[in-house]
Amino acid sequence: MREEIIVSGRNNPLIDPQLHVWHWEIPTYLFLGGLAAGLMFFAALYTIRNKENEYKTAVKIAPIIAPIALVFGLIALFLDLHHKLYFWRLYTTIRLESPMSWGAWTLMVVTPLSMIWTAIHMKDIFPKWNWKFEVIEELIEFFKKHKKTLAWIMLISSAILGIYTGILFSAFNARPLWNTSILGPLFLASGLSAGAALVIWMSKNHSERKRFAQLDLMIIGIELFLIIHMFMGFLASTQVQIDAANLFLGGEYTAPFWIFVVFLGMIVPAILEGMELKGFKIPVAIPVVLVLFGSVMLRFIIAYAGQASRWLY
Amino acid sequence: MRYAMAIDTKKCVGCSDCVVACQTENDVPIGYCRDWVVEVMDGTYPQLEMELRSERCNHCENSPCVRCCPTGASHYSEGGTVLVTKNECIGCSACVTSCPYDARFVHPEGYVDKCTFCLHRVKKGMQPACVAVCPTKCMYFGDLDDPRSEVSQILKKRKYKTLIPEAGTKPHLYFLI
Repeated sequence: MREEIIVSGRNNPLIDPQLHVWHWEIPTYLFLGGLAAGLMFFAALYTIRNKENEYKTAVKIAPIIAPIALVFGLIALFLDLHHKLYFWRLYTTIRLESPMSWGAWTLMVVTPLSMIWTAIHMKDIFPKWNWKFEVIEELIEFFKKHKKTLAWIMLISSAILGIYTGILFSAFNARPLWNTSILGPLFLASGLSAGAALVIWMSKNHSERKRFAQLDLMIIGIELFLIIHMFMGFLASTQVQIDAANLFLGGEYTAPFWIFVVFLGMIVPAILEGMELKGFKIPVAIPVVLVLFGSVMLRFIIAYAGQASRWLY
Repeated sequence: MRYAMAIDTKKCVGCSDCVVACQTENDVPIGYCRDWVVEVMDGTYPQLEMELRSERCNHCENSPCVRCCPTGASHYSEGGTVLVTKNECIGCSACVTSCPYDARFVHPEGYVDKCTFCLHRVKKGMQPACVAVCPTKCMYFGDLDDPRSEVSQILKKRKYKTLIPEAGTKPHLYFLI
């Protein structure tokens, strides 16, 4: 028997008895950032492949959600800061070793990019839209001319944004549950899946819906594969990572993770989308909402469970 | 210069004087502490073994908190001590999360705070507050690069361990066992 207690009465807020310094703000941002990354990725991808008119929703309409998601995500991030008035310090240095610095600078690129992209397509979304100022019209014309370049920058930066949301966690060696590089691709896949689901929801074109349902199905498959791999990695690793995996394999996060994330957020929508592809009539909102819900829950559960996992000494 | 601390777990009685001294010296806000005492009880009665450890920031040589800081507020200072510049800290708590020893906390004013090895005292040639008040004199502080320093001398003579060396942080807190 071994018992370890702090006898001097340490009770630091947000730290004791168990780390709980990150609350809803971080997973909310991670979801919104991932969703924006997914939407922008597909918009860029199909622009580069010259399929703008075939996949009109994905390229022109759905990306309007990206700047909105990013702005709300940024608000959430700002609310999370404890020393708010110093937030500008993020932009006085570039620290390559710090994932958060990467994230701050990526957002600095991605957010305006998402706004420019939306501005270019404003007239596709609202045919009567009028910018009122000549300067803005000219500026938009300029960006329209360089749309391919813009798409390439967007493709790369949205992929970085999607991966970084996972890397932020996986860089912490102190929290064994997060300390797996699988989180990067897993969060990217989850963001892409959420983005694809939203396109399905917003699209009125049958062939576009079908294409994105196929894509979403494939991405969900990849996610399941990554989750299985993550647990295989944990269980073959050190005791602290075995303990971390056990939070999901019998521990306190078992039910929420397997029910909300894996079953309701991945398996059920995958079955529904598969049935839809086979010709069954299923209200499109159901699989879409489930995918988005699963994507939110994945981030919340990983964020909270990670803070519960720790080294033993 | 590499500052380090050695703490004799055989001499510590767990009185928590170090904790109070630190709170007083560094004006630590009420309800918070930069150092703490851990009691480990091992075995089954009557074969029991107890270890007392006065713990604080390990001032690691490979600090995850310095690495993950997005603004450079967490940095290495004189003698390898790890410090936080409060006007550069945005309070994102990444460093709090990154510390395997849970040695950092968010100060009520918003910035992240932690043990400084009492660098302000050390610079004047004094001992850190916790070391200075210890009634059993179980703590030794000094420069590891100086073979004549108290801490180098005691580490030569005694067996010691560090906390979670497998986390790769290269801690500068040594526990004499």
